[in-house]
Amino acid sequence: MKTSMKAFAAAAVLGFAAAGTAQAQDPTKACFIYVGPIGDFGWSYQHHQGVLQLEKELGDTVETAYLESVPEGADAERAIERFARSGCDIIFTTSFGYMDATNKVAGRFPDVKFEHATGYKRDHPNVSTYNSRFYEGRYVQGVIAAKMSKANVAGYIASFPIPEVVMGINAFMLGAQSVNPDFKVKVVWANTWFDPGKEADAAKALIDQGVDIITQHTDSTAPMQVAAERGIKAFGQASDMIKFGPETQLTSIVDEWGPYYVKRVKAVQDGTWEQVDVWGGFKEGHVVMAPYQNMPDDVKALAQETEDKIRSGFNPFTGPINRQDGSPWLAEGEVADDPTLLGMNFYVEGIDDKLPN
Amino acid sequence: MLESVLITIATAATPLLIAAMGELVVERSGVLNLGVEGMMIMGAVTGFAVAAMTGSAWLGVFAAILVGAAFALLFGFLALTLVTNQVATGLALTLFGLGLSGMLGESFVGLPGVKLDPIYIPGLSDLPFVGRLLFGQDPLFYVSILLTVGVAYFLFSTRAGLMLRAVGDNHVSAHAQGINVIGIRYLAVLFGGACAGLAGAYLSIVYTPQWVENMTAGRGWIALALVVFASWRPWRIVAGAYLFGGVTIGQLHAQALGVGIPSQLLSALPYLATIVVLVLISRNRRLTMMNTPASLGRAFVPDR
Repeated sequence: MKTSMKAFAAAAVLGFAAAGTAQAQDPTKACFIYVGPIGDFGWSYQHHQGVLQLEKELGDTVETAYLESVPEGADAERAIERFARSGCDIIFTTSFGYMDATNKVAGRFPDVKFEHATGYKRDHPNVSTYNSRFYEGRYVQGVIAAKMSKANVAGYIASFPIPEVVMGINAFMLGAQSVNPDFKVKVVWANTWFDPGKEADAAKALIDQGVDIITQHTDSTAPMQVAAERGIKAFGQASDMIKFGPETQLTSIVDEWGPYYVKRVKAVQDGTWEQVDVWGGFKEGHVVMAPYQNMPDDVKALAQETEDKIRSGFNPFTGPINRQDGSPWLAEGEVADDPTLLGMNFYVEGIDDKLPN
Repeated sequence: MLESVLITIATAATPLLIAAMGELVVERSGVLNLGVEGMMIMGAVTGFAVAAMTGSAWLGVFAAILVGAAFALLFGFLALTLVTNQVATGLALTLFGLGLSGMLGESFVGLPGVKLDPIYIPGLSDLPFVGRLLFGQDPLFYVSILLTVGVAYFLFSTRAGLMLRAVGDNHVSAHAQGINVIGIRYLAVLFGGACAGLAGAYLSIVYTPQWVENMTAGRGWIALALVVFASWRPWRIVAGAYLFGGVTIGQLHAQALGVGIPSQLLSALPYLATIVVLVLISRNRRLTMMNTPASLGRAFVPDR
């Protein structure tokens, strides 16, 4: 929220320098709603990193504001409306549960642009949606896991059985199977996005049962620390967690929201903003892998090769793929379409866990 | 593997045990402090910050104890001296602690912390099966056991303990006998705060050596429930904390083994177990009444 002083100073300077040109107009106000605290070092933290990048790149032409730990539901609508009234030009609502509130407020403020993360409803022309194809990164992780594991079994700490998470587990498994068809994954549902203690306990339980690679779809760095303590390898989540396991982290799926935020705010400034539905992956720079390390060079090369293959158009969900019960899902060469992925509620063949529903 | 599982259970139970033991003393003196979660998270952030800045885990632990007690002093001043509503004051303390810790801890997010190493006694710690369990855990685990022994002895075998229970059961009579009700309650509240601070430090220095906002994740509330669960008896708190820890860890293992029970049900198990025991305990109304401090949560103003 570095607004007033800096913005005033900038306006003054610009005013003198380019007296009377369009440059002297007010900065664009970009506002953000986060579901968690910016100190979670996970989801909301990464969104905030994107905002910091936005401030850095657009400098004084943009003014930002944010509200953190806004509960999904009725409170969200009030928070969004407050932003809309306070002169925000563009509002980013960064959690799935803000979907209906975002659309409701958007209907009342047709001049304000709204951007909703991970949702699918665009009821008004001033609402866009954006998301990232994290499963691309998970496929690469699966490839690495199958190469690195001696026990041939990885532990997967999952949060809630929603399509996003199930999609991730499936992508991980498909990646692993591409290297070793008999690879196993043990899944533990923590039923929380964020509880360092419980996530650490889940990691310990998995390691005690013989897995030698840990991957997680929960937000804290605790599993990484446990893996480091027990001397096995692990994958980070949402941010680069290398500091928590310098000799442990193989790579991490890093959410990069910055480029998108810069692009969209610029579009507002240029007057070229249009409704979009963006689901970006490696190619668009939304999903970035932290450096591949703590692995032999041949694994590193294979990981990079897999990443490049996906970047140039390969979809991890390309048939032949069977469902968990062995019934065919995708035929040879068939590629899963986006709506199917976004509603995914079944496992692929080879996963032992029973999917909660 | 069993040994490793038992140690994991001890790690999960210890912070609950420490915080609940402190709150037990507070409630035995007749004060209900719902601010455990707030004092705990302040202990967690302070412990982490001091340990990170000085490089000494022990300094972090002591700082956390002090800050927990300082927070409790704030509660004491409001609830005991100014005689505010204890429930509201405790809740306010929790909200305040959660907010303040987030602000103070902002620059410590994403830094690996200093860990308090497990103790190691040559020979003993290497014994098969029981070595690490009995002689190789983190130092605060042993503190939690000593704390239980100390509290049990203090409450039921010392004169001071008797006075504290008298204050909690009937503050008017205790006052008439010349006991300094407010003074004793202050000491109890400070002790409770120190324990909560220590429990917080356990989370950010031993359990998961890192600081992230809201990392206590409701453990302060579980500690509060454990006190009722234990019907205000110290050793039953140990039983409750380990039962809770055991079920928590057990369900994770059940999942990893691929037991075909829905994970949501397994996750709810620790809470279900707590509720079941609470119901069983409160069936005998007379027994419950006998153990509950009779003046619990009631304000006391001398000579009125």
